[in-house]
Amino acid sequence: MMNRWQFVKRLAPLMALMVLVLAACGREDLSTLNPQGPVAEEQFGLMKTAIIIMGLVIVVVFAISLYVIIRFRRRPGDKTIPKQVEGSHKLEIIWTVIPIILLIILGVPTVQSVFNLAKDYRDDPEAVKVIVTSHQYWWEFEYPELGIKTAQELVIPTGKTISIEAKTADVLHSFWIPSLAGKIDTNPGGNVNFMYFSAPKEGVYLGKCAELCGPSHGLMDFKVKSVNPDAFDRWAAALQEPVALPSDPAIAAAFESKCLTCHAVGDMGGPAYPNLTGIGSRESVGGILVNVDADDKKYDHEDTVYNNLYKWIKDPESIKPGNNMVNQYDLTEEELEGIAKYLSELTLNYE
Amino acid sequence: MAHAHAHAVKRYSGIMDWLTTVDHKKIGILYLIAGGFFFLVGGLEAILIRIQLWKPQGTFVSADTYNELLTMHGTTMIFLAAMPLIFALMNAVIPLQIGARDVAFPFLNSLGFWTFLFGGLLLNVSWIVGDVPDAGWTSYAPLAGTTYSGDHGVDYYVLGLQIAGIGTLVGGINFLVTIINMRAPGMTFMRMPMFTWTVFITSALILFAFPALTVGLAALMFDRLFDANFFDPSAGGNAVLWEHIFWIFGHPEVYILILPAFGIISEVISTFSRKRLFGYSSMVFATILIGFLGFMVWAHHMFTAGLGPVANALFSIATMLIAVPTGIKIFNWLFTMWGGSIKFTTANLFAVGFIPTFVMGGVTGVMLAAAPADFQYHDSYFVVAHFHYVIVGGLVLGLFSGLHYWWPKMFGRILNETLGKWTFWMFYIGFHLTFFVQHFLGLMGMPRRIWQYLDGLGFNEMNMISTVGALMMGIGTVMFLMNIVITSVKPKGVANDPWEDGRTLEWTIASPPPEYNFAQTPLVRGYDAYWKEKQDGHSGMTPAEPVGPIHMPSPSILPFFMGMGLFIAGFGFMYSPDWGQFLGTSLTMGHFIGIVGLAITLICMLLRSVIDDHGFHIEEEEILKDLGGKA
Repeated sequence: MMNRWQFVKRLAPLMALMVLVLAACGREDLSTLNPQGPVAEEQFGLMKTAIIIMGLVIVVVFAISLYVIIRFRRRPGDKTIPKQVEGSHKLEIIWTVIPIILLIILGVPTVQSVFNLAKDYRDDPEAVKVIVTSHQYWWEFEYPELGIKTAQELVIPTGKTISIEAKTADVLHSFWIPSLAGKIDTNPGGNVNFMYFSAPKEGVYLGKCAELCGPSHGLMDFKVKSVNPDAFDRWAAALQEPVALPSDPAIAAAFESKCLTCHAVGDMGGPAYPNLTGIGSRESVGGILVNVDADDKKYDHEDTVYNNLYKWIKDPESIKPGNNMVNQYDLTEEELEGIAKYLSELTLNYE
Repeated sequence: MAHAHAHAVKRYSGIMDWLTTVDHKKIGILYLIAGGFFFLVGGLEAILIRIQLWKPQGTFVSADTYNELLTMHGTTMIFLAAMPLIFALMNAVIPLQIGARDVAFPFLNSLGFWTFLFGGLLLNVSWIVGDVPDAGWTSYAPLAGTTYSGDHGVDYYVLGLQIAGIGTLVGGINFLVTIINMRAPGMTFMRMPMFTWTVFITSALILFAFPALTVGLAALMFDRLFDANFFDPSAGGNAVLWEHIFWIFGHPEVYILILPAFGIISEVISTFSRKRLFGYSSMVFATILIGFLGFMVWAHHMFTAGLGPVANALFSIATMLIAVPTGIKIFNWLFTMWGGSIKFTTANLFAVGFIPTFVMGGVTGVMLAAAPADFQYHDSYFVVAHFHYVIVGGLVLGLFSGLHYWWPKMFGRILNETLGKWTFWMFYIGFHLTFFVQHFLGLMGMPRRIWQYLDGLGFNEMNMISTVGALMMGIGTVMFLMNIVITSVKPKGVANDPWEDGRTLEWTIASPPPEYNFAQTPLVRGYDAYWKEKQDGHSGMTPAEPVGPIHMPSPSILPFFMGMGLFIAGFGFMYSPDWGQFLGTSLTMGHFIGIVGLAITLICMLLRSVIDDHGFHIEEEEILKDLGGKA
């Protein structure tokens, strides 16, 4: 027995090292292995516990396998019959009891964490409430206490608990911000789900849809932008300011008749589709066309705000196949350029 | 009885022989061919998926096609490749292992095959028609409902699986009855070979799990074809209900798949270690426990569906518990090899390779069981990696092992060992390349079932590795096919016990066995019946009966037509809204075709009921001639 425990002792630091290596894996704004908030951290903690235990199991099994394969391979011409062992009660008990102990070590924090992460902050006056409604293939974020709605980019104040209420307007989706918190499904009908998370640091985090929802499921990204509480207040106020229509009357007319039938800016337009107020200062267009300065363009999906808006409005099908904007309007080249330009300048000044 | 001998012996040859056979050995080969065909189809779909993902924002296939590929890959591999390939080995081996002359219900056996095949064909006709299922193999509502899947794609899923499911269910019942009733004298339950035990438990799981799928599919069919509201929330239905029904079937299904692989591994490792299976009784106990617990854990597929902390905690713990019996199995296999004399045939390479691979799939399963961590893993590539480790690294390696092991018994020829070893290494390395990196893709934030991923997220290299691995698995599979072709042109004639270390009853008879399997039913005197006789210095089994005429069931074409009738019926009802009225009546053309299909099936059932068929006898002289010829 002494030997076995020494073996475990020697392995433990190795396992810890492996976890450290894992922790350096992936992007800060996307990886579950690089958590940026307490919820993701708690989940990563549980993952680490599990990985250490499971790593131990794997090492033991691999070691025995290797030993057996090498030590007991049949030599050519060997005709001997090995001893026919029926089994061993002692061994059976060992490999029943040890896994049970390992499972208790994993099971206790699991149950604790299950209840901890199920806390309901919806009635907490300190928390920022957000109603998340998923649509094929975009995200709607409503702040019921502030009376504001936005889309694709969830702006949150740093340090505050964000209390999420999640539902869907059509099929199942799943709301996931890997570096901040695990996911929750958005169910239709009355099956409203809730969760919470917070981001202590300012930054932009990538959000994903994690439930197959149609052809553009993989493109249904969103952003979570955490800003300091003052900036958040400024943002919420700016979002409620009235917005002017395009100065060119022809563009304004086209925008009113072809865009505002579905979308809203300021207090104008319809609520059914993404609210465009402040779209010019968002991190991305359509969730996946990332806005960068002209010189910083590195990847296919990156471009300037104007170019991204232009691309998206011109041919939304090519960006997100099967989305509901396809074939809903006809725009002349001038209207298209005018609207893209107008929207790219539709910014909110809050940072 | 004597007058029964006067019945004319019905025998067909050529294609009619295969269409009418009720011989479990031939049905096993039919399952192998059909399951193998669908395995190639599903594998091709997988390779197309991997080509699409080999670089960021790939455009090899369209987004719609991609969803069709991932749906059909999953559905085909589970229902049309894995299940039938298991049934192939069950049919080929189980009656031989228990010393029986056939299964309990040979006609039903044939019916099971043909309904599976026609169901599978119906599902794949969708590719030809162009309306392909695209809501995932789980087909979650409301996406699978008519509002969001307006074409006939999901109809093919619902009806194809329903028909194929009938085949699985009757097959499961058949093997339950066979194993309970048809064991040779002396073969008590605790003397049954491990593969027989696992098939027994798998059949019980089929019996309890498949009805849930049947009900779920029927409800979804009503939703889609007749505007019912089981799963449509806008009309008072509940989408989460489908998730429950699907996984109450779906989780036991995982164990239905893996338990037979456990059985195969037990047989192969024991044979090629020249050692009795270590801890046989605890292996049996562990199998039963896994089967039982398999029904208690379905909600771990739904941790993120919002069931609440009590359910999540309970299902977390229940799921973790499965690790205990599974661990027992792993260590018993290792200690079967311990002290043994291990020969690395291709079959054993696959079996030994299975152990560490399956452990890796198992430990990620325990990781997934921790609900709060699962909030991160769920529906990410981590899950994709996990279940491929279990199903490919577990079941498919097990199937390859079993096929190499029992191939001489099924066909009378040993597969080429050199090519077999190449197959193993190509497939094995390819497999780990494909799926090992996917764990990390998932942890780094890549959701599953995505058509494209953006550049610059750190996913590129690992996806490329994964695609290379998938191609290697494809090459490995082609090598296996080449091996089959090369072997099949060689002359037959391997010994009864070609591995020389056979332990169970199937190795006591000719390869391939005669139509009646055992000229004389053997008397079983212990576990590893044949091994025991060999150790006691006997050349074969002690017979439990004198040589005498053997009663055989008649072949029948009815099961083929019953399956075909269901195929036609499913096709017709699916298109009932599309093809206009039938001759000016209130029936549509689709209804008419559907009714004709059902009528074909019902008439065949009627014929089966009224035609008095006593089967026929193989006479003593013929058996003695066979025996003499062998001696």
